Amino acid sequence: MAVTTEAELEELATKASWYDKLKVFMRQQPLGAIGGGIVLLMVLMALFADFLAPYDPELNAFEFMLVAPSWEFILGTDQFGRDLLSRIVYGARTALFVGFTSAFIGSFIGLVLGVGSAYFGGKIDLIFQRVMDIFMAFPLIIMALAVVAIFGTGIQNVIIAITIPFIPRCARVVRSTALSIREIPYIDAARALGYSHIRIILRHMVPNVMAPFLIMITAFVGQAILLEASLSYLGLGVQEPTPAWGLMLQGGAEEYAESAPWVAVWPGVAISLAVFGFNLFGDAIRDVLDPRLRSQ
Amino acid sequence: MSVEGMPQGQDSDVLVRVKNLKMHFPVTEGALIPQVVGHVKAVDGVSFDIKKGETLGLVGESGCGKTTTGRCILQLEKPTSGDIEYDSVNLGNLNRVGMLPMRQRIQVIFQDPYSSLNPRMKIGEIISEPMHVHNIEPDQQTRDKRVLELLSVCGLNAKFVDRYPHEMSGGQRQRVGIARALAVRPEFIICDEAVSALDVSIQAQVINLLEDLRDEFNLTYLFIAHDLSVVRHLCHRVAVMYLGKMVELADCDELYDNPMHPYTKALLSAVPIPDPTIEHKRKHQVVKGEIPSPINPPSGCVFHPRCISAVDGCSKAIPEFREVKPGHWVACSEV
Repeated sequence: MAVTTEAELEELATKASWYDKLKVFMRQQPLGAIGGGIVLLMVLMALFADFLAPYDPELNAFEFMLVAPSWEFILGTDQFGRDLLSRIVYGARTALFVGFTSAFIGSFIGLVLGVGSAYFGGKIDLIFQRVMDIFMAFPLIIMALAVVAIFGTGIQNVIIAITIPFIPRCARVVRSTALSIREIPYIDAARALGYSHIRIILRHMVPNVMAPFLIMITAFVGQAILLEASLSYLGLGVQEPTPAWGLMLQGGAEEYAESAPWVAVWPGVAISLAVFGFNLFGDAIRDVLDPRLRSQ
Repeated sequence: MSVEGMPQGQDSDVLVRVKNLKMHFPVTEGALIPQVVGHVKAVDGVSFDIKKGETLGLVGESGCGKTTTGRCILQLEKPTSGDIEYDSVNLGNLNRVGMLPMRQRIQVIFQDPYSSLNPRMKIGEIISEPMHVHNIEPDQQTRDKRVLELLSVCGLNAKFVDRYPHEMSGGQRQRVGIARALAVRPEFIICDEAVSALDVSIQAQVINLLEDLRDEFNLTYLFIAHDLSVVRHLCHRVAVMYLGKMVELADCDELYDNPMHPYTKALLSAVPIPDPTIEHKRKHQVVKGEIPSPINPPSGCVFHPRCISAVDGCSKAIPEFREVKPGHWVACSEV
């Protein structure tokens, strides 16, 4: 018997406050808490960019070109005299918007397609997976490049370009989990009880593929930020003068690497930290949200 | 084999009728363009009846097709051929919507209590969902009340409503599985190895529960098992399966006291007697060899390579499933 005494039953039943839960989370998942902190910081930066940024991120001030980090410009300025701190803060907005939008849309479409494909199986599954194979055959960045080449640059098209290659990746991972779940007797029980396809997929299969789905979604946000930076760096993503981390790397990182390294260092640090934070947070969330892992 | 020669009772009291059921799973090779290279004959021509209020035991070793038979009755698998009639309605002819009212009448309890409950749902949701789908107790409050009733009928505390399955023991989970099956007020329950995964003391409790429920709700059971002592306790009639075929069918006591098929004899002699002195002196009839592959079953009588009383003819002629005594059916030419 897993549960023996009344006292233990009560203990199980009591609901902890969210503050206590947070404390437990931080104790059990210290790395995840760090990741969560970074993510939270980024979100706050993006939300309150207007208040946090000391200067207009798009304002050219040629009298302050390539100023080293100082009290006036904490992170220094770039070759156009724009304040780097302000651009990093506003860049978080661009990064998170692109990251979240493409990761959520891409993985949600992938989730539905993947679980559906596994549930119906047979010919539907076979044809569907071959189509996914075709999409998967393109490397992520090449696929994104192709999409940008077709639709043109701009933030909306960058999101489309990043979303499309996420769909088959998510669908594939979700499908493999869903395939094993499909064989578990509770799905048979659901079918024997005459539940509709939609109900079985949404209520019985989707919640059980959540663990891989959640780590994937957070990894996707990190990847999307990286991809957006890459595309912007290649000149195919967000266009000047919009503040974006990848664009900041492009705008003179090579030229000023020796004379003014801060121009390239800060956006690089921002990108790495963001990806790192999302990955750590994703792993921790997976451990916490899966009830089978929770009690351990 | 003719269907007419099968053990079929009077129509009036028959609830489930399985006629010459065959379930052959194709074996495929090739990743891109799969080609069928053979068939696993999981169930190969099985016929039986279950009367209202009766409990029919279905026994046999692993892989003999017991579970597949149950899944075919539930329409979880589409049979290769043969008919399954429930209350004179052929289930094979029903579509998804037509099957719905039948699904309410036929329910199932699974073997593994750990995987038969959705780990993401609370016990209360697991039990109330079937009622919601079948529109039994459409009112939320009465439905919640009935969930508590069902829990208490199955011997569970009302506290379990807000629990997740992983917070419960195997026996408790199996009771939840039973409560879920009862939620739609079924008449017929397929117990697919319902107690095999539980330890002996819990087994006894669950068997007693199944017995009580049978009397209380006037249920009919198809009790699939491999434990013969459990079957003897619970069942009225017992059918023995071997390699997708039915080898013997008789009333419970008749089958245990007077087994006729060599396979049934061997199966019964494998049941240990809880007395070391008798057990020591007793002569065991051991089946030699391994169970053959159902992809390529032996010719003639499928049991002949392992049978101690096999004669030359056994490898050629498929023995007829015939009634050697009233109500006692055997598929062996040497009986």
